[in-house]
Amino acid sequence: MVRIFQFLYRVRAFLLFAFLEFLAIWMIVANNSPQGAAFFNSSNEWVGNALKKQADVVQYFSLVDDNAALVEENARLKQGLMALQVRPDSMPLVIDSTLEANFELKGARVVANSLRFSQNYLTLYKGSKDGIKPGMGVFNSQGIVGRVKSVSENYAVAFSVLNTNLLISAKIKSSDVFGSVRWDGSNTSEVQLLYVPRHVKASKGDTVISSGFNAVFPEGILIGKISKVEVNKSDPNYLALTVKLSTDFSKLNYVYLVENTRFQELDSLYRQSDLINEY
Amino acid sequence: MNIRNLFSYGFLILILGLVQILFLKNLAVFGHAFGFLYLLGLLILPSTLRTIPLMLIAFCVGFILDIFFQTIGMHTAAATLFAFLKPTWLKVASPTGGFDEAEEPSLGQIGFGRYISYAFPLLFVYCLAFFTADQWGTGGFLVILSKSFFSALFTLLLTLVVQLLFFSRKRSIS
Repeated sequence: MVRIFQFLYRVRAFLLFAFLEFLAIWMIVANNSPQGAAFFNSSNEWVGNALKKQADVVQYFSLVDDNAALVEENARLKQGLMALQVRPDSMPLVIDSTLEANFELKGARVVANSLRFSQNYLTLYKGSKDGIKPGMGVFNSQGIVGRVKSVSENYAVAFSVLNTNLLISAKIKSSDVFGSVRWDGSNTSEVQLLYVPRHVKASKGDTVISSGFNAVFPEGILIGKISKVEVNKSDPNYLALTVKLSTDFSKLNYVYLVENTRFQELDSLYRQSDLINEY
Repeated sequence: MNIRNLFSYGFLILILGLVQILFLKNLAVFGHAFGFLYLLGLLILPSTLRTIPLMLIAFCVGFILDIFFQTIGMHTAAATLFAFLKPTWLKVASPTGGFDEAEEPSLGQIGFGRYISYAFPLLFVYCLAFFTADQWGTGGFLVILSKSFFSALFTLLLTLVVQLLFFSRKRSIS
């Protein structure tokens, strides 16, 4: 018995090492499961505050570009609004429920962003206080950005599209064929469009947009343009499409968050019929 | 290790951690080579420090960085491995007879050639562990290997520059 204790005492360093490694690996696994709760991340108030201070300084240098982008977007929105404005001699119609807006938009500032890992996340300066909830979609004027993972009072952490765990339902605009967009972890300006059958005629330059089949993004948010068409080597029934992202992830400063006001209803319907929803 | 040393090492690790979080967070040379400068703080901890306290320090430092990097567990796992191997490797790489009591394995104390042969393999193992955790199930082995190699090289370069610029020759921390 004494010898066992002596032996254990002699290898105590290794035992502690094994214990600490186990702890670290458990944290990696717990953090990477998309549904799992993450306890320690930058939606934590203190960490969020520190990251915000850093962003305060860094983002000052890109104010000019940001303003230019905002002006451009404003102009486009005004143009669209003019076309929609009711003329004095027209009569308003009650719109059918299929056309009713059931998405709500909110703006938020990005205080931290990573793109060098294979699981990348964004930290946003808006939290549960402002009505942000886990599961909301994130995009900006250029295109799709990600999906909210967890929120604290003032901050939110979102999966970036550049996260190998995130799948987004997408479609090719010209042919309405749908698939899933996923990042393969190598090039930060390209993602893969998966599950497009081989008989589909896809060509270089086709626009890829969000499909609207999931409850996260409305239909038609830009993802990018197809840059390469190949046959999938591991499964020849599908095409391997490479999509060039329209969003520049190295210059994210402000984003929009979109909430589907009918998410609850849709989600419970999916659960009833035992469907697993991709995002 | 006396109280004064304790403070100066703590201060050094704090400063290096801040630099890592504020400046090196999104830096990757050619998208390939990461700089893990904060490892310098662990590298030059004196040879008299035992494995267990060293591992606990590395675990805490890695964990704090992970919170800021949103890479929960990855820096922690790699830094703990790094700390576990460091004393053993130091013994292997040290001259026959070992280091003196007060000696610490920094550039000014052990010289250029020995510093590289001591630091580079440890940094490489660290990077290997880090990128294996990062690319788990996605990237190929070659990607991990090349990223690890270039990151270790870049980190080594950074630690050399910092030591040449800010450390005085006699005492390690000015």
